Amino acid sequence: MKIAVCIKRVPDSEARIKVAADGKAIDETGVKFVLNPYDEYAVEEALKLKEGAGAGEVVVVSIGPDAAQETIRTALAMGADTGVLLKADAVGLDPLPVAKVLAAELKDGGYDLVLFGKMAIDDSSHGVGPMVAELLGLPCVSAVAHLEISDRTGKAEREIEGGVEVVEFGLPAVITADKGLNEPRYPALRGIMMAKKKPLEVKDAALEPGGIEVVRLSPPAERKAGRIVGEGPDAVSALVEALRNEAKVL
Amino acid sequence: MANVIAVLEQREGALKRVSHEALTAARGLADALGGEAHALIVGPAGIDAGDAATYGADKTFMAADDALRLYQADRYAQIAAAQVGAGGYAAVLVPATALGKDLAPRIAAKLGCPLAADVTSVTHEGGVVVTRPVFAGKANYTLRITGQRCVVSLRPNAVMPAEATRSPAVEAVAGASGDKAAVAKTLEIKQPERAAQDVAEAAVVVAGGRGLKDAESFKLIEDLADAVGGAVGASRAVVDAGWRPHAEQVGQTGKVVSPNLYFAIGISGAIQHLAGIRTAKTIVAVNKDPDAPIFKVADYGIVGDLFEIVPRLTEEIRRAKEG
Repeated sequence: MKIAVCIKRVPDSEARIKVAADGKAIDETGVKFVLNPYDEYAVEEALKLKEGAGAGEVVVVSIGPDAAQETIRTALAMGADTGVLLKADAVGLDPLPVAKVLAAELKDGGYDLVLFGKMAIDDSSHGVGPMVAELLGLPCVSAVAHLEISDRTGKAEREIEGGVEVVEFGLPAVITADKGLNEPRYPALRGIMMAKKKPLEVKDAALEPGGIEVVRLSPPAERKAGRIVGEGPDAVSALVEALRNEAKVL
Repeated sequence: MANVIAVLEQREGALKRVSHEALTAARGLADALGGEAHALIVGPAGIDAGDAATYGADKTFMAADDALRLYQADRYAQIAAAQVGAGGYAAVLVPATALGKDLAPRIAAKLGCPLAADVTSVTHEGGVVVTRPVFAGKANYTLRITGQRCVVSLRPNAVMPAEATRSPAVEAVAGASGDKAAVAKTLEIKQPERAAQDVAEAAVVVAGGRGLKDAESFKLIEDLADAVGGAVGASRAVVDAGWRPHAEQVGQTGKVVSPNLYFAIGISGAIQHLAGIRTAKTIVAVNKDPDAPIFKVADYGIVGDLFEIVPRLTEEIRRAKEG
């Protein structure tokens, strides 16, 4: 089984986000970057499927700056076999150009499965996975929390509002991973050492400009300071009163 | 003059509230562009198009087929792209729900146009302009679409549905049935044992954190949620501990929520959690630590033992609602 996993380098979820001087991007000074958390589930699932099949190859593909090599190495340390960095210093906010570059890279790769995280935690567009599937003409199930692959068919469950959708599909296919799909492994020291020697190809990504331009990036409106209504259960009456008559939300 | 179309979401043959929100946004954008607002409904036969007209649709296109009762991604995308392509729309609005987050990028890819996902506002200033929270709300992009058309998915609860009644005009469109077999097939929707509102769509959310001490204590959260008619939410810590399902997680690796009223019970307020609740209208915090970061964003706070406070709160809210 040959599996591609598309991953992204993103600011850590605990990072404080500051707007850069130009007012159009984040100030990356001092920001820690990590492998997108949802992509960890995708990498783990690929490794599990390969291990279950007893043979196969897991290729990690990323679009991003040179520093994304480090992110790819993280996935290689988890156990992926090879990496490809499609180098682009600036990746815009329109997911379509990104999907086009990935689709072109994956098209003739002979992949049985292409995995993504359901979204990147930086721009949360949920877009690139389903777009790549459309461009490649492959079936796609997004935000998958349970996956079974047997022979050349698969069954996936995805959480929707108030229920779980069960979807059947044939391979090759595109799957985007949600939390709950598995428990991603931590790279072991041996894996980290081995990852340094694994092949990582770097080539330039020919990204189209896309159809979205940034007017500005702004910090969110500060919430107005609230108040402590009181201490302990005796403060409950005052709270209910405030919710009814002041905030008018009850 | 350019028209706008909203692709609506139905469940069990009825339009969801998020569809009214998408229509309201489409109506506003169409008015700004001097065009018409249209609706596309994909689903089983018998859906009331008058519901779309009530929220401002000048015309409603219906792809009615009982085989489209559930979300069949490939067919839905095919139908939507064909309709949008034929109609020459400036913008396609889709609710940013589980369905819409899957459908919107497919439509954009088929049409070769940009996607602005999970936006909280859509306007027109020399082009379609959207507000797009990123980093789970730690910053907001204002973006302008430079292309001739675009797909925009709209965050639930970001736009208040407003009636703007038009006389219903309905046109049937082909259901894309025979020409291409669906490549992925949705078989069923499994319902949870206890019917629950979704945390991202609910108008009231009662969320619990590590302060609850164990999974069993979430009964207190469920009771309060029942009393206020809200959804149960959870912090990352308790989801990671396996006390609650991921579906309920609020924050940067869970759901970003914008309810009218948010209760944070025993949640100290990690950065990634606070980011996910920033657009809630009213936040109430109950925590034993007066210095917990949650109190910096809460509109109302009570300091103390949640095991004493929450049952009293549930009781008083029940009484207030009865009275």
